[in-house]
Amino acid sequence: MRAEVQDFYRGTYLENTGRYKGIWAWLTSTDHKRIGLMYLYAISAFFIVGVIIGLLMRIELIAPGKTIVEPQAYNGLFTVHGIIMIFMVVIPGLSATFGNFSLPIMIGARDVAFPRLNLFSFYLFLFGSFLAILSQFMRHGPPDTGWTFYAPYSTSTGTNVIMATTAAFILGFSSILTGLNFIVTVHRLRAPGMTFFRMPLFPWAIYATAWIQLLATPVVGITLLMIIAERLFHIGFFDPALGGDPVLYQHLFWIYSHPAVYIMILPAMGVITEIIPTFCQRKVYGYKAIALSSVAIAAVGYLVWGHHMYTSGMSGKSLWLFSFLTFVVAVPSAIKVFNWLATMYKGSIDMKPPFLFALFFIFLFTIGGLTGLVLGALATNVHVHDTSFVVAHFHYIIFGGMGFAAFAAVHYWFPKMYGRMYNIKQATIASIIMFIGFNLLYFPQFIIGIEGMPRRYYDYFPQFQPAQIVSTIGGFVLAAGLVLMFYNLIRSARKGEKAPANPWNGTTLEWQIPSPPPLENFEEIPHIEGKPYNFK
Amino acid sequence: MNYGMPYGASNFVEKIDKTFYFILGIDIFFLILITVLMILFVARYNRKRHQNAVQVKERTWLEVLWITIPLIIVLAMFYIGWKNYIPLRKPPKDALVVKVIGRMWDWQFEYPDGKVATTLYVPLNKPVRLNLYSPDVLHGFFIPAFRIKEDVVPGKNNYTWFKATELGEYDIFCSAYCGMRHAYMYSKVKVVPTAEFDSIMANLEVATSSADGDAIMRNNGCYSCHSKDGTKLVGPSFKGLWGAKKTVITSDGKKQTIVVDEKYIEESILDPNAKVEEGYMPNVMRSYKGVLKDEEIKAIVEYLKKSGDQK
Repeated sequence: MRAEVQDFYRGTYLENTGRYKGIWAWLTSTDHKRIGLMYLYAISAFFIVGVIIGLLMRIELIAPGKTIVEPQAYNGLFTVHGIIMIFMVVIPGLSATFGNFSLPIMIGARDVAFPRLNLFSFYLFLFGSFLAILSQFMRHGPPDTGWTFYAPYSTSTGTNVIMATTAAFILGFSSILTGLNFIVTVHRLRAPGMTFFRMPLFPWAIYATAWIQLLATPVVGITLLMIIAERLFHIGFFDPALGGDPVLYQHLFWIYSHPAVYIMILPAMGVITEIIPTFCQRKVYGYKAIALSSVAIAAVGYLVWGHHMYTSGMSGKSLWLFSFLTFVVAVPSAIKVFNWLATMYKGSIDMKPPFLFALFFIFLFTIGGLTGLVLGALATNVHVHDTSFVVAHFHYIIFGGMGFAAFAAVHYWFPKMYGRMYNIKQATIASIIMFIGFNLLYFPQFIIGIEGMPRRYYDYFPQFQPAQIVSTIGGFVLAAGLVLMFYNLIRSARKGEKAPANPWNGTTLEWQIPSPPPLENFEEIPHIEGKPYNFK
Repeated sequence: MNYGMPYGASNFVEKIDKTFYFILGIDIFFLILITVLMILFVARYNRKRHQNAVQVKERTWLEVLWITIPLIIVLAMFYIGWKNYIPLRKPPKDALVVKVIGRMWDWQFEYPDGKVATTLYVPLNKPVRLNLYSPDVLHGFFIPAFRIKEDVVPGKNNYTWFKATELGEYDIFCSAYCGMRHAYMYSKVKVVPTAEFDSIMANLEVATSSADGDAIMRNNGCYSCHSKDGTKLVGPSFKGLWGAKKTVITSDGKKQTIVVDEKYIEESILDPNAKVEEGYMPNVMRSYKGVLKDEEIKAIVEYLKKSGDQK
């Protein structure tokens, strides 16, 4: 390193002071900030792979019939895209990166409660991801079950399902341990004076998420083991040919995988709740309502899994109960949106990239949420279930919601992570390109979904083609925006202008320490006197 | 492109479409409200024009208002969605009962008198109850024009029903992912006047007894992947199969040359991946162990042998 650069990092967590040098100093570090960054790098790499697979699918779907791949290869592509994006990108996404990087600083702690366990979770994550990728290249061919592994197809197909489910199982373990770590951290390591209701709202969101990770993930772990047992030993859990019940699998799978949607979206809402007050210079409106709505979402979110299964032949009573609860869980999300809007009212709004991403988040998430109401109602669900309407809906929630919130988070905390600033103009242009590309890509899928285009289709009728062409073009526009964003961030991490400790004039604790933060964050743990977001 | 619900042709269309437009209307209202407010605030309170933020006092009544109003709206949506769904689960007692067999990867329809068709013929304005049956994996029975969809779950007696209200031909899709040719698991429903329906029924063949290998293979969907005329589909064609010399890849990756005989055909039905002809993908076909009876496999072997001998 050049002398001046070395000087810049002196005393910060980015400087190597331990026994090891270079990459080893990172791979053996138990510092929560370094682990957060390692998650960020790994997840970004997987995300890029997922995007490339997504683009391949979009090219295949630009015209009916074969364009570039055969049906079996296409089925492998959408399965792998799903496994990578869900288990390796979105579920760990915000909670593992910024839960690690920002949470301890925001509550005034020097690290998480169990730093070594934290590093172990990261290695479990890497190992699980390695297995998931390996399963694509092994002899029997990539798994072709969809990321949901629905039985009995998953228990009878000849492809590499065992390795993929093992991978998901290990990734789940990593998630459980991370959740446990954060729960203990929030309970035990808050700075003196920081009561629960003096805690910033991102930690609140991570805390609610951590409970879901801890309580729901074991269910999917067991379910995946049951799939493996059924394949290896022909124990009839799910395959009716062996005396099992395929619908049982769907229940078990969604008991986890629906709460998992909240594992994805709650931290995203938390990020947005940090960004809006800062860029409006206003105290967040409805602090308690936002904090408690996270808890309400986490709690009620457990009980709505059945809405993935309206057409599976469930009893009438369970149908209306699941539909009812699904509508109830929509309310806390609406509360958040209204409070965000109220926070902007009479603020002093600075349209910097993190805020722009937050606005895009609100718009896209609102579309995702409102179309969810069409899916939640029994009468309309029957028509749009399993069509590309669902594909559009969950991409609006997961990519438009969690994805754009992750981009917002990176642009928000970037100066804190690296002590450098990215190019604001480039970041703004990239975000606008991505927003346009995103809508071109997914909005047409709503329209053809309503017309009856089923999902997971390799081929389709000509009447659906115009929308598919628009989608494919949108996919490439979105990708162009991503390239610009990644270019800007990677370049700026090394060569960007030096950033001050508090470039956005934020009030939470992470902005009160130097950028990049020193190794143990605080020289002296601060004493918290009042509520967060106290703008003068 | 059509920007709304597609053409409808059953008794459910009116209520389901009403529910859809009710929810969509409220959705659009809220989306516009939220978007306009965002743009308004961003323009009005931009830092260039609005240097100092005003710390507005929180009002509890406002918080209560935007909890209560959405709650009332979503509960209304729930109620309408549920109420308009109930008829879908209540097929009339006098409905014509058709057994739908969904399997990898085609549809077959069995009428009460044992007659079988690959297109679903139904009489106009008469309720039809569909009993959904799958011998292999999950499928989804979906007729967009009728607004009905129900999963076809192996081992479970799912059903759906409808009354067709418009003459014509409508798509039947498989909506639940079921493997390689999921997108090709397609059929049509033809709505015809009652008189025409009766004459179609009179001309349909009754499902043949299990002694006929050709019928067994047709009934089990073998021909969706293996042609009889030499066309290359997913799997090797049956034409000229008997006694042919083939290069196969065994399940542990070795190359072998074999002659197609009784043993090979039996093995390929029960353990399809054991020896796969070179040029075809393994892990596509499922095992028919427990699906086909021994005598049915014998009949298939006999049929393939007979059609081989004729050449």
